[in-house]
Amino acid sequence: MWMWVVHRTTGVAIFFFLVVHVLDTALVRVSPEAYNDVIGTYKTPIYGIVEAGLVAAIALHAFNGIRIILVDTWPWALKHQRLMVWIVWGLFALLMIGFLPRHLSHVFGGA
Amino acid sequence: MTTAESKAPEVEPLRPIRSGRSRNHAEQWSWLFMRGSGVLLLVLIFTHLFINLFSGDGVNQIDFAFVAGKWASPLWQIWDFVMLVLAMIHGGNGMRLLINDYARRTWMRKTLKTLLAVCVTTIVVLGSLVIFTFDPCPLDASGDLLPGVPTFCEDVR
Repeated sequence: MWMWVVHRTTGVAIFFFLVVHVLDTALVRVSPEAYNDVIGTYKTPIYGIVEAGLVAAIALHAFNGIRIILVDTWPWALKHQRLMVWIVWGLFALLMIGFLPRHLSHVFGGA
Repeated sequence: MTTAESKAPEVEPLRPIRSGRSRNHAEQWSWLFMRGSGVLLLVLIFTHLFINLFSGDGVNQIDFAFVAGKWASPLWQIWDFVMLVLAMIHGGNGMRLLINDYARRTWMRKTLKTLLAVCVTTIVVLGSLVIFTFDPCPLDASGDLLPGVPTFCEDVR
């Protein structure tokens, strides 16, 4: 039940980000300066944290999606579906532990 | 064997469910597409994030010259194009399912789905044009390179 809510919420968030992301990338057709100005805001601390949230949403949605496929097709996964949910959160935690220190040092480390 | 047993059971015809989702092959294809595209998107997007946001200088390395460097290779043009199309259809189809579930009135479902279709089409067309008409070395009115172009533009001139 909760994973169902997580999947829908992260899905909607990713969809709206994707629309904005295509629009900001489209600025490369306007001029290098226009693109660099807007991308510059992605490098500020606030957006840096938003990006971390976005990566978290994508990782959760991706791992939970794999769980859904496995539970649908693999009897073992269906039988151990509670364990599967813990595996999703475990993989998610591992990925974030690997990503966050490096990303946050990029964002808060200057440049 | 008695006649009662050999007779096929009466099955009530399927009624459309309240959400408005119709039960036909379209939904079967939708189900299959979400799974197939989902697995592909995992590979495409994790690689995209690893290269753009994790390796090198992370988010700080991203600027016009970085994009130009990547799109100089057809691999990344195709990569980004496939990612764009699959992600927009996957996301658009997901949003369609949410509209079916949460928009109770027919006119509201129709309005939201029309908006969604316009949005998905616009983003896919715009994004594809940007990838395939990208000019890494744009010039100003007097024919000079604009500031911010990658260094290889000087060599090409």
